[in-house]
Amino acid sequence: MNTFLLQIRLLQVLPGNAGWMIALIPLLPLAAFVLLGLFGRKYFKQSAGIIATILLLASTLLALYTAYGYFFEYGKMDGVYQKLVPLKYTWLQFSEGVSIDMGILLDPISAMMLVVVTFISLMVHIYSLGYMKGDERFATYYAFLGLFTFSMLGLVIASNIFQIYIFWELVGVSSFLLIGYYYDKPSAVAACKKAFIVTRFADLGFLIGILILSFYSGTLDFNTLIQRLTSPESSELTAALSSSFLGISALTWGMLLVFIGGAGKSAMFPLHIWLPDAMEGPTPVSALIHAATMVVAGVFLVARLFPVFALSAPDALNIVGYVGAVSALIAAVIACTQTDIKRVLAFSTMSQIGFMMFALGVSKYGGEEGLGYTASMFHLFTHAMFKALLFLGAGAVIHYVHSNDMKDMGGLRKLLPITHITFLIACLAIAGVPPFAGFFSKEEILLAAYNHNPAIYWVALITSGLTAFYMFRLYFSIFWNKAPARLENLSRPFGRAEGKAHGGQHGEGGVAMMLPLILLAIGAAAAGFIPFGNFVSSDGKVLPSEFHLQFSIAPVALGLSGIFFAMAIYKKQNVLPDKIAASLSGLYKAAYHKFYIDELYLFVTKKILFNLIGRPAAWFDKNVVDGLVNATGTGTQTISEKIKSMQSGKVQQYGIYFLAAVIGLAVLFVYGWK
Amino acid sequence: MLAPGLYHILFISTALFFIGVYGFFTRRNLITILMSVELILNSVNLNFIAFNKYLWPDKLDGLFFTIFIIAIAAAEAAVAIAIIINLYRSHHSIDVENAEEMKY
Amino acid sequence: MSGSTIVFFMLATLTLISAVLAVTTRQIFRAAIFLLFSLIGIAGLYFWMQYEFIAAVQIVVYVGGITVLIIFSIFLTQQAGEKMPKQQIGRQMFSALAAFCGFALIMLQLYKHSFTATTEPAIEPTVVNIGNQMLGVEQGGYALPFEVVSILLLAALIGCIVIAASPNPSNGGALEKPQILKK
Repeated sequence: MNTFLLQIRLLQVLPGNAGWMIALIPLLPLAAFVLLGLFGRKYFKQSAGIIATILLLASTLLALYTAYGYFFEYGKMDGVYQKLVPLKYTWLQFSEGVSIDMGILLDPISAMMLVVVTFISLMVHIYSLGYMKGDERFATYYAFLGLFTFSMLGLVIASNIFQIYIFWELVGVSSFLLIGYYYDKPSAVAACKKAFIVTRFADLGFLIGILILSFYSGTLDFNTLIQRLTSPESSELTAALSSSFLGISALTWGMLLVFIGGAGKSAMFPLHIWLPDAMEGPTPVSALIHAATMVVAGVFLVARLFPVFALSAPDALNIVGYVGAVSALIAAVIACTQTDIKRVLAFSTMSQIGFMMFALGVSKYGGEEGLGYTASMFHLFTHAMFKALLFLGAGAVIHYVHSNDMKDMGGLRKLLPITHITFLIACLAIAGVPPFAGFFSKEEILLAAYNHNPAIYWVALITSGLTAFYMFRLYFSIFWNKAPARLENLSRPFGRAEGKAHGGQHGEGGVAMMLPLILLAIGAAAAGFIPFGNFVSSDGKVLPSEFHLQFSIAPVALGLSGIFFAMAIYKKQNVLPDKIAASLSGLYKAAYHKFYIDELYLFVTKKILFNLIGRPAAWFDKNVVDGLVNATGTGTQTISEKIKSMQSGKVQQYGIYFLAAVIGLAVLFVYGWK
Repeated sequence: MLAPGLYHILFISTALFFIGVYGFFTRRNLITILMSVELILNSVNLNFIAFNKYLWPDKLDGLFFTIFIIAIAAAEAAVAIAIIINLYRSHHSIDVENAEEMKY
Repeated sequence: MSGSTIVFFMLATLTLISAVLAVTTRQIFRAAIFLLFSLIGIAGLYFWMQYEFIAAVQIVVYVGGITVLIIFSIFLTQQAGEKMPKQQIGRQMFSALAAFCGFALIMLQLYKHSFTATTEPAIEPTVVNIGNQMLGVEQGGYALPFEVVSILLLAALIGCIVIAASPNPSNGGALEKPQILKK
């Protein structure tokens, strides 16, 4: 006990020591990756899961300890949460002020993200012990999970904008590896390539944005950069605002480009096309990466640079808001028509991230005006809980039914009781029904939108209603609707890969799969009561959270009506859904095909880019570049053929050459020798 | 006309030499090539004798060189004829254009 | 214009004209005869220079030996009467040009150079003097080259016999010969 208090006192006095402890949080999963990646296949075939889970448990405890220490012990100074840098190591020095450092930045959002990422990752690790049991590449799977956790943790504690870019790409790579985990399925391979290419394309914008920002602020370090680009008397700020390109200031361009990177990673319209396809990966991976952690990286990036957005580039922030709102609405509409469980959940994720984005978009900096910021971070926190729960629950259902399609499910509430209850809790949370977590966070977002941008408020309201509707459509289709389908009559048989893993047992799934569901359900239920404004706010000061009863009536009423509408249509099997779909036929068809955006992309790339740019470039490469090299070879060959004919085997010819050379030399020596 | 001296003889020998060279390059028959080579050798002999007579009459070295060249030329002609006969047996022709096995 | 000058020019003309004809005529037997006349012309020049011994050796060895040898080989290898094929005009032009250039170069250099004769007393090239010096072993003696040349002649003799010997039919052609038939 004494040593424990001593440790805390040390942390208070020397936060420097904490640096190594915090550095250990991402390094433990990295150790899991290295160990299992190198030796897992041979030595740790069965025990890979346990080893990875134990390492991650240690990491989670360290994260909780760090967060506790930050929020309650040493983080606050004079009532404002400080941005601490416990560890900084200069890695690559470019010039006087510009260097790529590897460091740890501890501030309210990174402390919160440390907890979220490690906790959800731990839940997924435990869940996968049951879900992926018996898989051949068990150790590789856990190695990749370790790599992902390391990358994501590195991303959230990065103190340097280039460091965050490095980890951004690492997260992209891990996502690629995990989506393409079942590499013998062509659809999985296509999906992982699509994800990587789309996010990489967006990261081009990110990189250019980094370059612009670092050029104008003369540094790559977050704290210095934010300070230089927000303080009113800084010369860098004036320089950045005065130089403009096409009528928009350079700083706004920089922030927009950085946002493009974030939009790609967070699957905002129109860079969202990779997210539905990413569902080809194993379901726990979808829970971890594409619901709770990686896809919120874009939101995290905007939050990280929020002072610059809010104080110096408000136009960019407006665009952030509109993009978020549009994404939320479109995704909600599409989700109402999809029949694959994981696709519905993917679009639901996109919609909720849209909420987080526009919450940031409508927020201002400081005090009451900064409500959007707090609301967005709060929603991130609660969304991680219930979305992970939804995916893991869906995984349990898929595990039982051996199919992804809603048509094969129905009436499962008696057969999968724990899954049923936890799934219900998650659906209520996402629909914004009090007292579950989603209600509190969504209410704060709607309040922030109402105060600053009425248009976005109405869009958000409609989207919440749609959210409730499609989530409960999903819920009723799985657990009510009809009697459980017989396994032989599956409409879309399961892939060989995912089905083989569980050896065909038809129980609900063991402790390993149920425990995370229960823990996440507790989180989804209780997390709403955390007074988030006391911890996370736009300027670091405490933002007291209030409860506005009258304001909440509209959203809750809309949500409940969405639930009842879904119940009316889907609780019992009937023809109403098809009749409604037929009456809205055009809109329904467009929404079912995800508004044809994939086809549009394919058209642009295949017909325009390939033909106008790709083919000429290929022609040039093949004929001019290769032609030049070939010409060198052919030319040499032709010349050597000519020279070859000099060796004709005819003595007289040799004699002539000899005489000519002798005469030539004689002339040279007689007349030329000085 | 000037009395014939060293220069005249040298003129003759040089002319003979280059006539022989021309013949060596132009002729297609191996035997005629051999004849051109004999012309060349003779021009060299003439040279030696001329220098011996006009520049160093106190020695006989030029003369001895000439004797030895004549002897060697005879031996060489004999061997050349033997080779030509051998070649004729395999190629059935002594056209030098047909003896180009040492081509690339 | 003394008689020796006239003789000299006649001999020179004979030699050069015969030489030119020897290398340009298209009938091989005539070429051999022209060569013979050229060699006789050279022997005449030796006589004119009062080196009778060499003149005699020239006639005996060259005219009487080598030319006869050449004529024998003409008969052994082909019809003496046929006209030989002509060389391509380009080759002829180029060779003539090269030969002429070389000739011009050398004549130019010769005319520029002044040859100084020695002032020592002359030795008569009589047979006695030649014989003494040929077989002498002191300084200026040619005994060693004489022996070497005789070995050379022996080697040439043996070589000729080996090369020109008919292949033994029962041995399947014991002598190695390239069995390349006319294309």
